[in-house]
Amino acid sequence: MSGVLAFQLYDWHYLFSELVAGVTIGSLYALIALGYTMVYGVLKLLNFAHGDVYMVGAYIGWFVLTALGAPLTPSVPLVPLLVLVFAAAMAGCAVLGVVIERFAYRPLRSAPRIAPLISALGVSFFLQQTGVLLWGATPRTYDTFDLHHGVLFKDITVGNFTIAYVQIFVFLAAAVLMLALTLFVWRTRTGKAMRAVSVDPEAASMMGIDVDRVISVTFLLGSALAGAAGVMTGIVYQNLNPYMGFGAGLKAFTAAVVGGIGNIGGAMLGGLLIGIAETFTSGYLSSQFQDLIVFSLLVVFMLFRPTGIRGTPILQKV
Amino acid sequence: MTDLPPPATQPPVSPQIGVDEWVRRSGERIVGPRGALGVVVRAAERTPRIVLLAAFVGLTAAIPALTTNQYIVGVAADTMLYVLLAVGLNVAVGWAGLLDLGYIAFYGFAAYLYAELSSGHYNIHWPTWQSVPLVIAATILLGFVLALPSRRLSGDYLAIVTLFFLEIFNNFTNNGYAWNWLGFGATHDVTGGPTGLTNVDPFHAFGHALTNRPADYLWVALAGFAVIAVALTYANKSRTGRAWRALREDPLAAELMGMPVKWLMLLAVAVGAGVAGFAGTVNAAYYQGVFPTTFYFPLLITVYAMTILGGAGSLGGVALGAIIVNVLLEVLRAPDHARWVFYALAIAGLLVKLRPWRVLAGVLAGLAAFGVVVHAIVAAVWPRGVGGPIAVGPTSFTTHGFLATVIRHWMVLPKHTYTVDNFRLGNYAFVIVIGCVLACTVVKGWRRWVLLVPTLWGAAFVWENVLIEQAPTTRPLLLGVILIVLMATRPAGLFGQTRVEIV
Repeated sequence: MSGVLAFQLYDWHYLFSELVAGVTIGSLYALIALGYTMVYGVLKLLNFAHGDVYMVGAYIGWFVLTALGAPLTPSVPLVPLLVLVFAAAMAGCAVLGVVIERFAYRPLRSAPRIAPLISALGVSFFLQQTGVLLWGATPRTYDTFDLHHGVLFKDITVGNFTIAYVQIFVFLAAAVLMLALTLFVWRTRTGKAMRAVSVDPEAASMMGIDVDRVISVTFLLGSALAGAAGVMTGIVYQNLNPYMGFGAGLKAFTAAVVGGIGNIGGAMLGGLLIGIAETFTSGYLSSQFQDLIVFSLLVVFMLFRPTGIRGTPILQKV
Repeated sequence: MTDLPPPATQPPVSPQIGVDEWVRRSGERIVGPRGALGVVVRAAERTPRIVLLAAFVGLTAAIPALTTNQYIVGVAADTMLYVLLAVGLNVAVGWAGLLDLGYIAFYGFAAYLYAELSSGHYNIHWPTWQSVPLVIAATILLGFVLALPSRRLSGDYLAIVTLFFLEIFNNFTNNGYAWNWLGFGATHDVTGGPTGLTNVDPFHAFGHALTNRPADYLWVALAGFAVIAVALTYANKSRTGRAWRALREDPLAAELMGMPVKWLMLLAVAVGAGVAGFAGTVNAAYYQGVFPTTFYFPLLITVYAMTILGGAGSLGGVALGAIIVNVLLEVLRAPDHARWVFYALAIAGLLVKLRPWRVLAGVLAGLAAFGVVVHAIVAAVWPRGVGGPIAVGPTSFTTHGFLATVIRHWMVLPKHTYTVDNFRLGNYAFVIVIGCVLACTVVKGWRRWVLLVPTLWGAAFVWENVLIEQAPTTRPLLLGVILIVLMATRPAGLFGQTRVEIV
């Protein structure tokens, strides 16, 4: 074992900062993963385009932020500014998600299972390249370091441990959104319909549930969460480029699988786990081979627990 | 309801033994391509496969003799590589119905392994007759190993595991210049990192070596294709081939019939990997180097688009799909050629799709009039908006020829190309046109024809002002569009069969 690793294991300050970083990025993965897992729940479709919806959300946020004069001369106070940015990105992504479902997946309801998957690959690539075409391949930056005298990046220090406001903000915002989603799914009529469709679409439609509408709502909610995650990424990590959706989407998708795809609580848990595993890997083992290690672990994980942490075993019916 | 059909005078044709009525009539439920395409496809189906293959190989092999233009020969060699890739992907995707997203990683693995075995990187220079079989065997083995985790999982998980592998492979090749067993060993350079491995040996054996002329590798790839095509045709007709198709149609039913579903999945992925393995060695030797950016998502999408366009499941179809897509992408590099292809395809599409002829005439006339009217209005309101240059190449802007004259009077071409204004206008138009295209698929009847006119004109506007100058982005954009549109309108591709199953 290398000496650096042994030394770092006893550095609690370092451990804590790694943990905070892991929880921050894990919250983002969890938000994106919810979209994957909800869509898989109702449609049994791996929506590869979801990561690119998240990318579009980050760009919408950037445009609103820039239009409002931020970061150098913001024309509105911090809280309304953030609310506007989030609202615009979530609304834009929600519309995008519904449009994608309506035009790319709905015509393929009765097609073989591989057809919507290929269509999803096409949509993903199309969105990514549209991003390159419209906004250029060079990264843009949110520059929120300077926003309102850098209030977001002020640190709170308790003893030896520090944490930035923005990290608390991301964690809380993600938690609020997830709570809202959970309440929606478990406490409203539409949420109930969604659960019914995910168990058996055919039986649900016989019970008078408008399955197409439920699927649209699923895409709407999942994409809105991805849009929020896109804005948070911009606020915390600054940089955005049209290719960001692929990598983040893959990680989030992984989180959904680890948590048990189709399971909402599992996606949140999976997101946090992947985020922490990723930062610990890059912090303690190797930052260059972070993806290699994380994905290799996942392949092994899936070998032993294919349905994820909270997934129910897949029963095949004839 | 008085005159019922007379009772059949002949006894009904009794089904063959072991074939019930439903199976006997299964041929009637297969819908082949209609129209002109149908004629071509049926003619091709009547011709013996070996004749088609011989004709294709003969014609392609003669390309270097027919032209002295090395660019064309180079494109032909590239295209043959794509044909090999598409044919290999067809085994997993087309025949067995498995979404193998790590396919490009197999290709890259083979290319890298060949480069390691025949370059100065480790100073190993194995002769080709040793290295190529070894690389292919290793790639097949890798295919087996990689499909193993998905052995006990249902279909989607194969896609997930193989996608993970593509990501792992990309991460490894990009950072493998400093491989240190994760901090537990000395650092050494395995893959050359982002700059890849260069100075890879050409194919060489028994004291002879190929030059790096494209023609040599065209022939190598072509010979490999001939062998692989014959082998795969037999494999497709074999018991295993039938089992693959059963797996594609319904894995659960196939398993209930006693087929070794898991073994068949492994075999399909491994056979595909083997073909990709051969293509990988040719790639490394032909380009005399391997680079991590080659073996990633964009190439995966390209090969998928080829397979789907040609018609997954049809060997000749996917080969043709690869040729069509690659030639199309090459043509897009030159705006002059790209423009002709765009308008020719648009008009051909209208001719095929718009019936009856009155609608066709109406739309074409409306299109011409719409352009002229918009041109006149813009010229009156915003003089700078018309009479801009027409893109003919990446650097030069001139106007010439018949098409240019037509476009000049029909299209709005703002004057300051490559400035922010122009791009912004084009960007808005791009989004609006996509919205119009989507709307066209929803509205019905005469409204659709009316909406089609501004949509097509808008598409031409975006094409002339944005896409034609942004070829590096337009090309991948087109691949995404091919996948989406084909899946929604014609999942069987150009040459596949559409099966209409009514149970």
